[in-house]
Amino acid sequence: MPLITCQNLTMAYDKRIAVQNVSFVVNPGDYLFVIGENGAGKSTLMKGILGLMKPVSGHIEYNGIAQKQIGYLPQQTMVQKDFPASVQEVVLSGCLNSTGLLPFYTAGNKAQAAAALAKLGIASLQKRCYRDLSGGQQQRVLLARALCATSKLLVLDEPVAGLDPIATTEMYSIIQQLNQSGITVLMISHDIHSAVTYGNKILQLSGHEVFFGSTAQYLQTQPGHRMMEGHPL
Amino acid sequence: MIAFLRQVFAYPFMVRALVVGGIVALCAALLGVTLVLKRYSMIGDGLSHVGFGTLSIAMALQMVFPAFANIHSPLLLSLPIVVVAAVLLLRLSANSSIKGDAAIAIVSSSALAIGIIAASLTAGMNIDVMNFLFGSILSITGTDVVLSCLVAVLVLGLYIVFFNKIFAITFDENFAKATGTNAGTYNTLLAVLTALVIVVGMRIMGAMLISCLIIFPAITSMRIFKSFKAVVVCSAGVSLFCFFTGMLLSFGIPTLPSGATIVVVNLAVFLVFSAMGLLLRHRAKP
Repeated sequence: MPLITCQNLTMAYDKRIAVQNVSFVVNPGDYLFVIGENGAGKSTLMKGILGLMKPVSGHIEYNGIAQKQIGYLPQQTMVQKDFPASVQEVVLSGCLNSTGLLPFYTAGNKAQAAAALAKLGIASLQKRCYRDLSGGQQQRVLLARALCATSKLLVLDEPVAGLDPIATTEMYSIIQQLNQSGITVLMISHDIHSAVTYGNKILQLSGHEVFFGSTAQYLQTQPGHRMMEGHPL
Repeated sequence: MIAFLRQVFAYPFMVRALVVGGIVALCAALLGVTLVLKRYSMIGDGLSHVGFGTLSIAMALQMVFPAFANIHSPLLLSLPIVVVAAVLLLRLSANSSIKGDAAIAIVSSSALAIGIIAASLTAGMNIDVMNFLFGSILSITGTDVVLSCLVAVLVLGLYIVFFNKIFAITFDENFAKATGTNAGTYNTLLAVLTALVIVVGMRIMGAMLISCLIIFPAITSMRIFKSFKAVVVCSAGVSLFCFFTGMLLSFGIPTLPSGATIVVVNLAVFLVFSAMGLLLRHRAKP
């Protein structure tokens, strides 16, 4: 039973169609890369899945997961660059989807936050200020927050954008470990080579669906060849 | 000092001003942290100008149509209009082709202009208009005291109950929305509360100076503190300290206007905190 099923999905910004007629499924345990150039509709599709935008047509079906139980790692915003917040506060805010109208966090929430930090190897940062951290550390903190929101599916929006090569490699290896521990991953990326290396499935967009299938199949296809040649190793 | 304070509290108008002003300073500081961090600082400024416009129109109406003179306080007329303006400004800066700061500037200067025209056509630029612009502690009535207590209960209560949610929508609105927090509702709530605080506060601080109470304490606290909760608590403290210091200074030296003095005290504390922040950072680096 797939976690998420998208059928003939069309999304639009102010009546301008961003991406149309996309159909794909996300199965439990998948590591799906959504690739495509800027403006291909990757982010718009993701907003549809997260419920931040309504589709124009087609529909999305969730099985065994509520929309608000998706762990989302957004791209960093300008607001966050100089935001006075402790790592603890940021990570705990991932638990809000389970607190309901309760005005405070429970001991369970705090344990969950501490566990998420430990899992990502940043337990020592708990008391630090978010804005004083390096880019790679900030990204891990936001990933820890996403882990507090979900136990099943992570949606990552270009998680290595702006990271240095070492931090990029570390980030990919952390995400791979999370995937191997049973969490489904949907990652938006420009990086075709990482997609081929780490992912088991690929969805390529270009305003419409170019390819959806396994990584092995992708390498046999025309778009696969072209993408790989366009970015020689 | 005690004799001085006893003298201050001997005047009923001073007691009223201290109660209303203290409440406004506290609430404005709490809301200000979120507004500043969300890059909505100028909403406070825009709303105060709308407040000035509506107060001038209310006064003009009272002069032209004696029937309106029965309205107990012109505040009752400006309150709903400013609340509507707050919601509109928020919507405007979120999703229109005119971007946030420009939208606020347009609304703000237009409201100011309309207010000045309304005042000039009827009473002329008299002392009342000056009071609306720069504040006057003498104009605080019993209605203002009741209104400000209601606002205080509302703002403090909602701020405490929704503290974690307010943090979430301030830090990362998209994440909050994606995980089921209704960011739109909380944004509207913040805008409405800000409008209430501004309408009540502009009588003391004046339309020109009220945004100081929203922006300064938050910016000051951020020089030193590094967690959201610490910044909020410190802002509340800084705001109250600056307000009471400014009020007592202007009482002690009668030529000092109260609103402007409070702003200058805020500026001084900001400079002190900035220097301390620089020192701390310097020391942290080996």
